[in-house]
Amino acid sequence: MNFDFSDDQKQLRDQARKFLTEKCSPKAVRVVLDGKAPYDKELWKGLAEMGFLGVAIPEEFGGAGAGHLELCVIAEEMGRANAPVPFSSTVYLAAEALLIAGSDAQKKKWLPAIVSGEAIGTLALFEGKGNPSPKNIKLAAAGGVLNGVKRPVADGAIANFAVVAARTGTGGRDGDISLFLVDLKAGGVEVKSLTNLDPTRGQAELTFRDCKAEPLGAAGEGWSILTEVLNRAAVLCAFEQVGGADRALEMGRDYALDRIAFGRQIGSFQAVKHMLADMYVSATLARSNSYYGAWALSTNATELPEAAAAARISATQAFQHCAKNNIQVHGGMGFTWEFDCHMYYRRANAMALGLGSLSYWEDQLIDRMRKKNAA
Amino acid sequence: MNFDDTPQEAAFRETARKWVDANAPKEFLAELSKSSLGRIRLANHDIVDVGKAWQKKKAEGGWACLHWPKEYGGRGATPIERVIWQQEEGVYGKLTQPFQIGEGMCGPTVMAWGSEDAKRRHLPKLAAGEEIWCQLFSEPSAGSDVAGLRTRAEKKGENWIINGQKIWTSGAHYSDFGLLIARTDPNVPKHKGLTMFFLDMKSAGVEVRPIKQANGMQEFNEVYFTDVVIPDSQRLGAVGEGWSVSLTTLMNERMSIGSRLATGVPEMFEFCSNLMLEDGLAIDDPAVRSKLASWAVKSSGLKYTSYRAISSLSKGEQPGPENSIGKLVSGMMLQDIATYAMDLQGAAGVLTGTDEETVQGQFQQMLLSSPSMRIAGGTDEILRNIIAERVLGLPGDIRVDKDVPFNKIPTKGR
Repeated sequence: MNFDFSDDQKQLRDQARKFLTEKCSPKAVRVVLDGKAPYDKELWKGLAEMGFLGVAIPEEFGGAGAGHLELCVIAEEMGRANAPVPFSSTVYLAAEALLIAGSDAQKKKWLPAIVSGEAIGTLALFEGKGNPSPKNIKLAAAGGVLNGVKRPVADGAIANFAVVAARTGTGGRDGDISLFLVDLKAGGVEVKSLTNLDPTRGQAELTFRDCKAEPLGAAGEGWSILTEVLNRAAVLCAFEQVGGADRALEMGRDYALDRIAFGRQIGSFQAVKHMLADMYVSATLARSNSYYGAWALSTNATELPEAAAAARISATQAFQHCAKNNIQVHGGMGFTWEFDCHMYYRRANAMALGLGSLSYWEDQLIDRMRKKNAA
Repeated sequence: MNFDDTPQEAAFRETARKWVDANAPKEFLAELSKSSLGRIRLANHDIVDVGKAWQKKKAEGGWACLHWPKEYGGRGATPIERVIWQQEEGVYGKLTQPFQIGEGMCGPTVMAWGSEDAKRRHLPKLAAGEEIWCQLFSEPSAGSDVAGLRTRAEKKGENWIINGQKIWTSGAHYSDFGLLIARTDPNVPKHKGLTMFFLDMKSAGVEVRPIKQANGMQEFNEVYFTDVVIPDSQRLGAVGEGWSVSLTTLMNERMSIGSRLATGVPEMFEFCSNLMLEDGLAIDDPAVRSKLASWAVKSSGLKYTSYRAISSLSKGEQPGPENSIGKLVSGMMLQDIATYAMDLQGAAGVLTGTDEETVQGQFQQMLLSSPSMRIAGGTDEILRNIIAERVLGLPGDIRVDKDVPFNKIPTKGR
């Protein structure tokens, strides 16, 4: 059994960590947090130069043609660093959707531009409240144009193009949904930035008015493509969450060692030690579930839906748990703007919603487990 | 990343599988395959007799204590081979539960600290299932603080005279030998006055009394020592070095990678898939699904954590500390699952009869037994301390009794 990343993949992780430690310090993250820039353009450029944006994109489209395991180790480091860039929207969602369903021309147009950092992509799925479901999609596609409103759209205000889920049928079934590719700079879309929990990652409202769009994948296949995209993104996001959880745990541990109260290191009190031990437990469970997700993703296994849901649930819970208790370990200082704890708290809770909330993934997991048990 | 064996591992697995297939007591397969939370019972046979027979057969085939050196009854197998064997032995491994303490804790301690004579005399018989060992560490006033034990060993000529009481000794009533830690010097701080011995459990002055547990069962014992004589040749390690010797034992306790603890998740999933509530099946209820999903990912998280450890063994590396979370997670989960399963049964959840329609009192029994999972082999709190100190590097507790002679440490809270 070799249920671990290879030495080369671990080396890539070290390389990514080194790069992000230099280029994505908490100080750099704060430039975006404080609203002085919509995202870290220099970092984005650097990620492109390092080849990280195209690590899982085939060579024929300008990528490194490595694979999803390589992308997983980079994702973990992006999460650790709380990177204020549209990595998940562009790489896990838009690029994966293109890889799954794009025509050769579509791939040629957008993938090399993603790899080079010129194009930012996103997925426009949600329309207000609710989880991913064909029933929740009202935005209509007819005659090659889209009409409707998407919100929230992650990184929507800075994206060059979007994969848009639209209604092409009249019912609430999977087959009533199709995907479209929209060049957001070509007119027909009104973009409005929305304030959100995690200002290091923008959210926007996109209003489509007779907006020209080209189909992505076959008509009526939108929901099944989308499900596959979400499963892949769930695994990749889980690695970001695992990275964030680990970093929050480390911050808490370090502070517990440094801070003196009642004449002792606060990390010598069992109340604090046990809180940190429980964080370690969550983070470890999440990491192991995510490794299984990585295996399923990289081998295109039929277990992917179940593995992705387990990774998603476990990593969401772990990041929220670690980020929350990291503040608690820091006490009052953890509640200041000046300390970095809240950046992870914000990111953990924003990420928990980005691909659909826990209840969506719980449903996915239980449905799959049931099918497996019945078989 | 893959789940495949290396060619050598695959060959080893094939050999093991063939041997199990040809030799296992298949008449017990159905009974052993039923889910079991806790101690195994066979309807018409004594588990100790059946276990001894299976252990003997394994020893003859070279499959007993296979990670031990050959001269002491083992096979000289690598850690990964031991894991593969456990996987292939499967449910039949439950039969040799009475030998686990000997194989996992007492044997390795004798191996590390015993004389060559002691090793050759005792280890092969332990491996062959001819002699069962128990571990005599815990005392009524020394559980988590085991170094606070009070059982005395006093030197008299070439012998030691033992007086005191041990508790929570599994299998004491059918054990032939016991690994005993006792206090040889009460005038020095507690960790420094301990010495390790082994003794014949049939020695005069040894009295074994079963404990009636909170769940109504009797699985553990109290062991009383009244002027029991142990020859000095049965001392393990130097006088006063008992604490270091005990660490060998306890370290081995935590090395049981590959043996997975019960979580209650499969039983709960099955239960919720069949239980009809007022609005339909329990498993279709969002609240139930949410809880099930949280437990399922803990259970799969533990599974894949052990796979990571197995992968380290396969590469010939020492596994990381991740596996230390197993009992902490599964113990709490069993208790939570039992409570929730009963809640779903409503008023009828209070009934414990095995003829009850829903699940034959399965979760009720789980509820009553689960507190022990959170205490035995290290309480949840001790396990959290271990993770905090050894994994996260946080400071140890401030020990107020560290430099105090043992006989000056207070014995009553108020």
